[in-house]
Amino acid sequence: MSAPILAVRDLRVYFEIRSNEGWLSKPQTLRAVDGVTFDLLQGETLGVVGESGCGKTTMARAVLGLVPVTSGEVLFGGKDLAHLDAGEMRAQRQHLQIIFQDPLASLDPRMTLGQIIAEPLRSFFPKLTASERQAKVVEIMGHVGLLPEQINRYPHEFSGGQAQRIGIARALILRPEVVVCDEPVSALDVSIKAQILNLLSDLQERFGLSLLFIAHDLASVRHASRRVMVLYLGKVMELAPWKDIYRTPLHPYTQALIQAIPPADPKRARSNPVKPLGGELPSPISPPSGCVFRTRCQHAIERCSLEVPLLRPVGESLVACHLAEQIQAASA
Amino acid sequence: MSAAPNQAVVSIPPVAAISAPAGRSLWADAMARLMQNRFAVASAILLGVIVFAAIIVPWISPYNYYTPQWALLDLPPTWHGGHIFGTDDLGRDLLVRVMWGCRISLFIGLIATIVSVVIGVLWGAAAGFVGGHVDSVMMRIVDILYSVPFIPFVIILVVMFGRDLFLIFVAIGAVSWLDIARIVRGQTLSLGNKEFIEAARASGVSGPSIVVRHLVPNLLGIVVIYATLTVPSVILFEAFLSFLGLGVQAPMTSLGVLVSDGASELQSYPYLLFIPAVFLALIVYCLNYLGDGLRDVLDPKER
Amino acid sequence: MAPTPLLEVRDVSVEFATREGAVRAVSQVDLDLVTGETLAIVGESGSGKSQMLLGLLGLTARNGRVSGSARFKGEELVGAGAKRLNQIRGAEIGFVFQDPMTSLNPYLTIGRQLTEPLTVHRRVGSAAATAQAIEMLHAVHITEPERRMQQYPHQLSGGMRQRVAIAMALICRPEMLIADEPTTALDVTVQAQVLSLLREVRERFGTAVILVTHDLGVIAELADRVNVMYAGRIVETGSVDEIFYNCRHPYTQALERSIPQLDDSRLERLVAIAGNPPNPLHLPPGCAFAPRCPYRLDVCDKSVPPLEAVEAGHRKACFYEGALDRMAEPA
Repeated sequence: MSAPILAVRDLRVYFEIRSNEGWLSKPQTLRAVDGVTFDLLQGETLGVVGESGCGKTTMARAVLGLVPVTSGEVLFGGKDLAHLDAGEMRAQRQHLQIIFQDPLASLDPRMTLGQIIAEPLRSFFPKLTASERQAKVVEIMGHVGLLPEQINRYPHEFSGGQAQRIGIARALILRPEVVVCDEPVSALDVSIKAQILNLLSDLQERFGLSLLFIAHDLASVRHASRRVMVLYLGKVMELAPWKDIYRTPLHPYTQALIQAIPPADPKRARSNPVKPLGGELPSPISPPSGCVFRTRCQHAIERCSLEVPLLRPVGESLVACHLAEQIQAASA
Repeated sequence: MSAAPNQAVVSIPPVAAISAPAGRSLWADAMARLMQNRFAVASAILLGVIVFAAIIVPWISPYNYYTPQWALLDLPPTWHGGHIFGTDDLGRDLLVRVMWGCRISLFIGLIATIVSVVIGVLWGAAAGFVGGHVDSVMMRIVDILYSVPFIPFVIILVVMFGRDLFLIFVAIGAVSWLDIARIVRGQTLSLGNKEFIEAARASGVSGPSIVVRHLVPNLLGIVVIYATLTVPSVILFEAFLSFLGLGVQAPMTSLGVLVSDGASELQSYPYLLFIPAVFLALIVYCLNYLGDGLRDVLDPKER
Repeated sequence: MAPTPLLEVRDVSVEFATREGAVRAVSQVDLDLVTGETLAIVGESGSGKSQMLLGLLGLTARNGRVSGSARFKGEELVGAGAKRLNQIRGAEIGFVFQDPMTSLNPYLTIGRQLTEPLTVHRRVGSAAATAQAIEMLHAVHITEPERRMQQYPHQLSGGMRQRVAIAMALICRPEMLIADEPTTALDVTVQAQVLSLLREVRERFGTAVILVTHDLGVIAELADRVNVMYAGRIVETGSVDEIFYNCRHPYTQALERSIPQLDDSRLERLVAIAGNPPNPLHLPPGCAFAPRCPYRLDVCDKSVPPLEAVEAGHRKACFYEGALDRMAEPA
């Protein structure tokens, strides 16, 4: 079992917002991330899955210090990243990088490919000469499948898949230990998704990366991750090895996610059409008391509205549900 | 085309051997599209001709703009015989005076615009980038200055300090930077939300470097547009001041002074008004058209 | 006896005149849609699927030219007058877009937007229109419909907005509904709600649906027949079972293999399609998929394969006749 390279403990990110009604209204708190705890093990890919409003994007940025943390710890290399000052955090960025969802939006349209990829080098190794920088840029371009002749081109001259390779090259040029992948293939064409997913998994092996892979549906993380974490309204519902999540999901929300995905199989679809999850997503400003999922859960009991379920081990998984054992027994 | 993703790492040719063709930058793209806008190109050419004439004509003309010639008062424009545009009420060659007028008006337009662009960009970018209370305070100052009535302000300045060319720059500059500040602040705010700025932060780029390396190049487009559109409004403002008698000192002239002088002779010698007015109108029109053309090709939303 | 098609499209092409030259977004597309049937069109960016739909309904951009024939209930749509097309769109053909905010006007209330097609196309009085609108909101499972009628689109969640958009598309009980990637922008659980709704709507109103999507799961869930498009052409067409269990075009096969699926039984590693989607400006002279095809033959680079029958109701446009059994990525 590898050692954790990144440990997140009870991370909370709250935003103060003003509601639209009234001039002198009280500011309200939006609980984007509401107590998330997990370990990222060395060399693994941890998938983070959740729908809109679950806080996965905010959490990813909070881990990297791009969004201020309200409370909690982000432990990396013996330091708590959530409580470093700006200068110290900048120094740590060499080790933690991010790949964005929209490849073209994350590249400065006025810079050439070479300049974009070289930028992290300029921040951390300012003493390198231009030709040393170029050599490193060309090297990482080779790793991600870009040709050296493309080094002077501009982002808008590339397709979505190629632009994402540029983003990956930029993220990896400093050889970070941890890379957060924020829905890296959602914005790409279907036939390109597989290329990029394969590329990421090759690079992970080659460079020994630990990846935090964020996606909005379970199918995307299936091929990338060994363990998967399911978020809902800023809290962790379940954290388990992939095969357990798929075969025996313990949390009702995970089960709902799986049942909602239409399989690419017409016969199965006819005999077993998708079952939509009822209800609407509650507002993150006033989440339900107790278990945040209870308003849409068919198993909810009184205890669910009174007591917040803790994330606890059930078998090899971690589940935040009072009734996990009963549900597991019932489905067995 | 990109290589197959799981191909083994290619052997990297030595750096010197790479012949990497230059890409087509967004500027090149924009200029190519601007060239297709016939009116914008025509305006640019016409403007170029006027500027050229304004520089060359006073040089080569045998007449100057300030020496009165008492024998040749108020001559009408004649094609032959030296005074192509005629003479004014002091016998000075109108062509030379109009060309000098263009020189001064364009010069004032250019300098005042540069000053107001520099102030406006720094102010607006700082407000947009820092955000929060600093932004609020800075923009409230802009709002307050907007409400200051220009004409009384300029009159007070002139009364206090006399009719100094430098003072005219100050007065006009003090008033024109406000628009640019607002626009630059808005653009900075919307750029600040863009992912590539966040990507730069994630790459360890420090705040000031982000401003210089990422914000400024992306702001240039909008600054160029509004600078081009500020010049004509500055020129018109100066013309207006001159019309009120607050502009450049005689015998130096500007298009505004010429129009003002010509207006008083409208009944008897209409050409004294019309010729400078036509030049003023042409310059302003060309600059506006060019600015509009630039906006069509450079405005990020249009892309 | 085969039922008369509701929509008969023959040899439709859409060409755009651009600065860089003529671009053929859609080439010689044939299509049939029967009443009550759901036809799925699969394709990625550059496949021309959206441009084809816009072309059928007279919504092509000004620099585009549509040629060919598209008969809706026997009436020719290509080249029809703007007034007649206006009448057809909304009343007889409904639309749902990927982004509900494209169909919904942010400045009008939901109620106003729902009743407008009724009062304009069906000449229904406003009280009756309101009643029908509320009934439609019930049909799409919007809670508290009376209250929603007064609300504005931004006050609803994404899923609710898409359901309202569906309600709007169906309010005049059109015989045909066109849905262009209706669930792509939605979360998985919301997508399930919308899919379930589309199925219900189909059963209840008997609407024929043209569903444009790149999601194979959605197709398996809803479609009766499937057309696969690539670079502006239809490369395979058949029933949904044929396409999934017996596909005969390499692109269809490659798509099916490269999409991440939940099913455990598949390979560990996705089989990627090498290369990039085609650029409509620079299409190769022969088959557009040839550069990426593992079964490429010499003839594929020279001529465009015609759409030919494989079995009854199943056609493919491919010169390769062998079994599709190559797993490796192309040389």
